[in-house]
Amino acid sequence: MVMTPVYKKPKTLRDASMHFCPGCGHGILHKLLAEIIDELGIRERTIGVAPVGCSVVLYDYLDLDISESAHGRAPAVATGISRCLPGAVVFAYQGDGDLASIGTAEVIHAANRGEHYVTVFVNNTIYGMTGGQMAPTTMVGQASTTCPGGRDPETMGNPMRMCEMLSALDSPSLIARVKLDGPAGIRKTRATIKQAFEYQMAGKKFPFVEVLSPCPTHWKPRPGKRWSASARKWRRFSRSRCSVNSACRTGIFCCRGFDGSRLPRPLRSRMKGNLTNVIPAKAGIQEVLA
Amino acid sequence: MGKRVLMNGNEALGEGAIRGGCDCYFGYPITPQNELTAYMAVNMPQREKVFVQAESEVAAINMVYGGAAAGKRAMTSSSSPGISLKQEGISYMAGAQLPGLIVNVQRAGPGLGDIQPSQADYFQAVKGGGHGDYRLLVLAPASVQETHDFAAQSFDLADKYRMPVMILTDGRLGQMMEPFELWEGKIETFDKPWALIGAKGRSGNAIHSYWGQAPGLEIVNLALQEKYRLIEKEEVRFDTYKLDDAELMLVAYGTSARLCREAVDLACADGIKAGLLRPITLWPFPSREISARLARMKKVLTVEMSAGQMVEDVRLAVNGAVPVEFYGRLGGAVMTVREIYEKIKAIA
Repeated sequence: MVMTPVYKKPKTLRDASMHFCPGCGHGILHKLLAEIIDELGIRERTIGVAPVGCSVVLYDYLDLDISESAHGRAPAVATGISRCLPGAVVFAYQGDGDLASIGTAEVIHAANRGEHYVTVFVNNTIYGMTGGQMAPTTMVGQASTTCPGGRDPETMGNPMRMCEMLSALDSPSLIARVKLDGPAGIRKTRATIKQAFEYQMAGKKFPFVEVLSPCPTHWKPRPGKRWSASARKWRRFSRSRCSVNSACRTGIFCCRGFDGSRLPRPLRSRMKGNLTNVIPAKAGIQEVLA
Repeated sequence: MGKRVLMNGNEALGEGAIRGGCDCYFGYPITPQNELTAYMAVNMPQREKVFVQAESEVAAINMVYGGAAAGKRAMTSSSSPGISLKQEGISYMAGAQLPGLIVNVQRAGPGLGDIQPSQADYFQAVKGGGHGDYRLLVLAPASVQETHDFAAQSFDLADKYRMPVMILTDGRLGQMMEPFELWEGKIETFDKPWALIGAKGRSGNAIHSYWGQAPGLEIVNLALQEKYRLIEKEEVRFDTYKLDDAELMLVAYGTSARLCREAVDLACADGIKAGLLRPITLWPFPSREISARLARMKKVLTVEMSAGQMVEDVRLAVNGAVPVEFYGRLGGAVMTVREIYEKIKAIA
């Protein structure tokens, strides 16, 4: 009997054992990236930027030209690379502390200039590499080493919503939020990131994909419990519908790129459910909740 | 002979960098270096080169990092407070062994200080303003011609040693106009097999300064130090003036050195045997060149527009052989030739 392979490790994925914790989303996402790059046939012209954080050694796992960057500075490094190499496919792989805290200025201005590179924004609501500190995206009530009593919006602010913030700008061609949660979520993530790469290759500006990703280690699941409080909140967050466009049924944030509309429809307030802890309503943008 | 033109120091620097093969410029507005950014905004796009006004000094240096990682000749310029902001990126470039040009048109500090010329960033430039064991190759021009020439030559040095080069000038040199000859030298080309241009027919390249724990990181650091020892041997540049039969050695760089030259003339006219040694590379510092000339010297006088920074390196070079005097003006004040001359008379 002749055996034919039906599934193989992507070529772009190096044959290395990853240092990520069990259950971490980075390993899945690395593999998805490798698959997408193989499928698009762009390995030889793709350049990655991996800033400080859990994924700083991306170059150990993906067989691509990859630059480390200082904490938060990936948008500037990616700008430098993509401006100098107009034919290249450039992507930045940033965490939430990196992109939404120390590198907020860089990402907003790169988005506003409409730089030609893909952003994969891995949001696991915590600083992983440094040991579980509060991130700009940490959910209200979520505990961390620096907010042991849970995030209190009174003194710590509410979680930053980068998709919503960046959607206020005119340049980005695609802004999406997806989740690494279950086979369907992972498949959607793969399709969305692939679309972002296709956008970049087509010369469209600043495609941006936020990927909600689990961090079991720092969400501190208790023995015997399947999910910690943080994880439960995160799952509710990740299963919510588009937080801006009420007409949207994709289950992701998609104010640009998918439905062709440049700006969300006038928003309706349908405040219900318990997501108020996760994405509080604000004047101006009102949340549409499941 | 290049064409003779008239520009200010900042513009001359920009033209020099372009002639030296600058592929991309990233900058942020700050006085007194704005003419340089403006010059690049006009002239880089005209020559189909990259110009980006960055959102911050921090972003600008990291764009330089990206351009350099892509194998291009990248530069940024700023003035003192802006250079402070760039230090993180400079350290990363040194750690990742990325070439590039950083220009500091010094102004007075500390803090916001003022936009007057100063030489108070010597420590920051020479001793490493960022974290870790690293060096920058620091060139200190003393004229518009040198500002222009050094900018043109700096990329070859940066590429040769795979490290950032700094041109340390000041608000006075940047703002003043002088006629100079356009640089028409030849640019060297360097193979950059490490550059990130797409992994065509090879395994992926990585640009990084993260090396995990020792011994990997220590080995990398030792290799960096070995490179720095080679540069100390090969790249020291300095200039002398009336030093051959001098008994008093003035040591000064940049704007101060120009003033010292005139003060030396005045002193010599008075029969005082004074001469000038002008370091052109502040790192590597011409220590051997100073100590080799001490036999006849009775004293050394260091003159700086600072509270006394380079004088520490002069003292290390002199190593107690003769007294080392210092004269400086601070906070954006520029000494006059007469002041230096009076100091010479007082100690001679």
